[in-house]
Amino acid sequence: MVTLVNAILLEIGQAVLALLLAPGLVGFVRWLKARLQNRLGAPVWLPYVELWKLFGKEVVISRNASWLFRVTPYIVFACVLVVTFLVPMIIAPLPFDNAGDLLVVVYLLLLGTFFLALAGLDTGTAFGGMGSSREMTIAALAEPAIALAIFGLALGAGSTNLGQIVTLTLINPGVTINPGHFLAFAAMFIVSLAETGRLPVDNPSTHLELTMIHEAMILEYSGRYLALIEWASWLKLTVFFTLLANLFIPWGIATTLTLGSLGLAVLTLILKLVVLGVTVAVIETRIAKLRLFRVPELIGMSFVLALLAITSSFLLK
Amino acid sequence: MQTLFFLMIFAYLFGLLTALFCGRGSFGRGLTAVSATIGAGAGFSLGLWVVLTGTPFIFSIPDLLQIAGGFALRLDPLGAFFLIVIGLVGVAASIYGFGYSKDYEDGRASLRLLGVMFNLFMLTMSLVTLADNVLTFLIMWEGMSLTSYFLVMTEPKEAETISAGVWYLAMTHTGLVMLLGAFLLLMNGGSGGFSDLRMGSGSLTAAVRGLVFVLAFLGFGSKAGIVPLHIWLPRAHPAAPSHVSALMSGVMIKMGIYGLLRVALDILGGGPVWWGGLVLGVGAVSALLGVLYALMEHDLKRLLAYHSVENIGIILIGIGAGLMFHSYGLMTFAALGFIGGLYHTLNHASFKGLLFLGAGSVLHSTHTRNMEEMGGLIKKMPWTAFFFLIGVAAISALPPLNGFASEWMVFQSLLGGFNLTTPEVALLIPIAVGMLALTSGLAAACFVKAFGITFLALPRSPEAEHAHESPLSMKIGMGILTFTCIALGLAAFVVVPILGRVLSGFGGLPDTHAVFTMNLTVQSPNRFGQFSSIWIAAGLLVLLVLIPLVMRLFRVNRRVRISDSWGCGKIGQTSRMEYTATAFAEPLRRVFAELYRPTKEVSIDFHPDSKYFVQSIDYKSEIPLLFSRWLYEPFLNLIRSTARQVRRLQAGSVHLYLVYVTVILVLMLLAARWF
Repeated sequence: MVTLVNAILLEIGQAVLALLLAPGLVGFVRWLKARLQNRLGAPVWLPYVELWKLFGKEVVISRNASWLFRVTPYIVFACVLVVTFLVPMIIAPLPFDNAGDLLVVVYLLLLGTFFLALAGLDTGTAFGGMGSSREMTIAALAEPAIALAIFGLALGAGSTNLGQIVTLTLINPGVTINPGHFLAFAAMFIVSLAETGRLPVDNPSTHLELTMIHEAMILEYSGRYLALIEWASWLKLTVFFTLLANLFIPWGIATTLTLGSLGLAVLTLILKLVVLGVTVAVIETRIAKLRLFRVPELIGMSFVLALLAITSSFLLK
Repeated sequence: MQTLFFLMIFAYLFGLLTALFCGRGSFGRGLTAVSATIGAGAGFSLGLWVVLTGTPFIFSIPDLLQIAGGFALRLDPLGAFFLIVIGLVGVAASIYGFGYSKDYEDGRASLRLLGVMFNLFMLTMSLVTLADNVLTFLIMWEGMSLTSYFLVMTEPKEAETISAGVWYLAMTHTGLVMLLGAFLLLMNGGSGGFSDLRMGSGSLTAAVRGLVFVLAFLGFGSKAGIVPLHIWLPRAHPAAPSHVSALMSGVMIKMGIYGLLRVALDILGGGPVWWGGLVLGVGAVSALLGVLYALMEHDLKRLLAYHSVENIGIILIGIGAGLMFHSYGLMTFAALGFIGGLYHTLNHASFKGLLFLGAGSVLHSTHTRNMEEMGGLIKKMPWTAFFFLIGVAAISALPPLNGFASEWMVFQSLLGGFNLTTPEVALLIPIAVGMLALTSGLAAACFVKAFGITFLALPRSPEAEHAHESPLSMKIGMGILTFTCIALGLAAFVVVPILGRVLSGFGGLPDTHAVFTMNLTVQSPNRFGQFSSIWIAAGLLVLLVLIPLVMRLFRVNRRVRISDSWGCGKIGQTSRMEYTATAFAEPLRRVFAELYRPTKEVSIDFHPDSKYFVQSIDYKSEIPLLFSRWLYEPFLNLIRSTARQVRRLQAGSVHLYLVYVTVILVLMLLAARWF
């Protein structure tokens, strides 16, 4: 009984940690980008204030919208939050490790995107439709690259279970210097940029109709609904960064349930997120957004990298 | 069991008779629907019984059709599984049909013919799964094809229907010819009992076995709708009444899968690697092309029909992977592939049945199949919208519904390919994984379009504005399948071991019952992957309740103001400002332009005085169908030109005919003299 309570507490603790870290991560990336562009930049904690502000505002809903528009923020938030129960952030394997593998994680995130795209169409504005159409196009095209990257990882670890992949990599560190591992990481990194709506695929800070994707889709949302959706998308970024960090370079993650190892795990997690945040901020300052119809080429590159990763693991087996 | 069997037969026959004698009026329709429901329910129970107990049901009348071993029926677990699929969708479609066919009281279609053919269709299709010798099988197969032809032709006045009927008839008989060839080769001059075929198949040479397999794959594939033999499917399925479309798309095409499994796995007992490779390759291509053509479709029912091509492809990916592992002797992984295929068969039957019934309700209420004229139906038809939403989420493979569970199984079976060492296979499998993933991503995009354009935003036509909810019987029909979509997803940990038991023994597959744990999760062999849809569903539900509660606890602002959508300063929003289905699919049309090769025709009508004033713009774009143009049209042209040449012989001149008679007579006399 104690272990069950422990397990649930551990899972909830990890989810709360992710919830708390997500706005900070986004604030950090925004601040660093501003510094790199010679701007002063907003403080790192601004996203927390943004959430506070949005939760305090009333919601304005279009009279064309149906009940779907009102449930979608909750569904989107719940989907991402369930994912944080499955992704090993501070300890591996998680108690709920066998509830879902990497495929489940990807499809749960797709579930959120699916409802968000429907909500974009619900209000009947051209912006919403445009955002939905583009978001679903990119989501669909990113799917094969993600699946192949998963396949590449699973080949190395012999499992699609997240906990299994992490622990096997820890036991057998030789996997990480395998060329397949690097290629799979590169593939996964590119797809993560596409999935989380970062440059060069989508610009999270734009409201220009020519370039909007995610922002166009959620244009009609306000107040607490917008807060939930924004938080969910920041959480999604954190989840993808954690996946990149812990699946490919898992060191630092706790494998035993002691206070010391958990504390160390939290610290290394923050460090990894900062490193990835710096990478993304640098990339976003260095390159421009791609035209929408050039995005398939980028994703195609990621697909080829993943395919190479798999072939190389076959050859080196 | 005997009782259930006879109940099924007599219920269908009774339904047939009531339809024949009092098919019109609510009483006659009701009686026909009730007996079809009882028949389907009895078939479902019979199938379930056989699957759960594992004892086959045997029944034969040796005196009937004496020439070919009598009328022999035997229901083993494999056939029983497909009988369950028929029964499941059959019950829902029969109940739904009662309300749906009311519209035909206006004389647009013959209700008698519809009722008779519906019951006969259900009966012959059910007996296909029971047939135990070649003649019984082929008679029932042909009965199923012909009755469904009449069902497609229910609304005979539409030009589209007539063309659909011709295509269907031609394609199904092309398939039949190939099946005849396959069975003749298998019989090898012996008897046509399936058990004899099974025994005799070992003594055939590898070449003959290969030929039998290819013929059977093409013959059954033409019924299942594999690319490029799918050409009839997007024409015929939408033309039929919607509850029949549900049965055809949800169930009848699965008989092709049944036949393929029966011949390739059961009778031939598996074969070389290229069999599996062929099935896997054709499956992957069908899946991808099916969904790509569905994306460009604005006819709601035809869109769903293209998705049937896609899902048959996914099923075949599973079965192809199974056949491949089977030939390598990796029996557990083979079982995983077959289980994935069968599971997806069952799941596709329930969500595609549901979606066709939902599309039928929309058609029933708006009298159009064109999505561009719909919109806003979620407010007029809340029940239909909810049911359709569940179906849409299920077919897009979103957890925790059933579509995800089976696609997960197919993925896992493909991931098992890392056990193979042959390089070409090792490369084929990742590509198949990529194609499967792309297919499921595109399917999600396509169903955002289908649901979003049909049910959300403002109505795009007066018909959509005055739409009304369907009657109770139609809602019950959809409700049943909605329930199964949810239940089959949540109960994956129960369904998967049962499917393992269904397959055990066929082609030497082991009973994989022990491989799959029953503690609420499904796991693939060697703990390769695990997932539990019930835990995921529980997590989602708990959070959906908890999030608003927590928000209330933190005193979040709960005020809501209803206002206009933001229109960039434009006041008064109309439906013409909305995104259309065409616009939604435009980015993907550009991405895949090399495949679609859309034609574009723009004609601009300028003002006579200045070309800077445009009076009207006419834009027309079409996606030519690749296979009709490059495969079928050349073939049809060849036939037509040959026919034109042959026609010269028949010039209508008596003199010429007399010459023919004389020439033939002389030739025959000479022949008789020489031989």
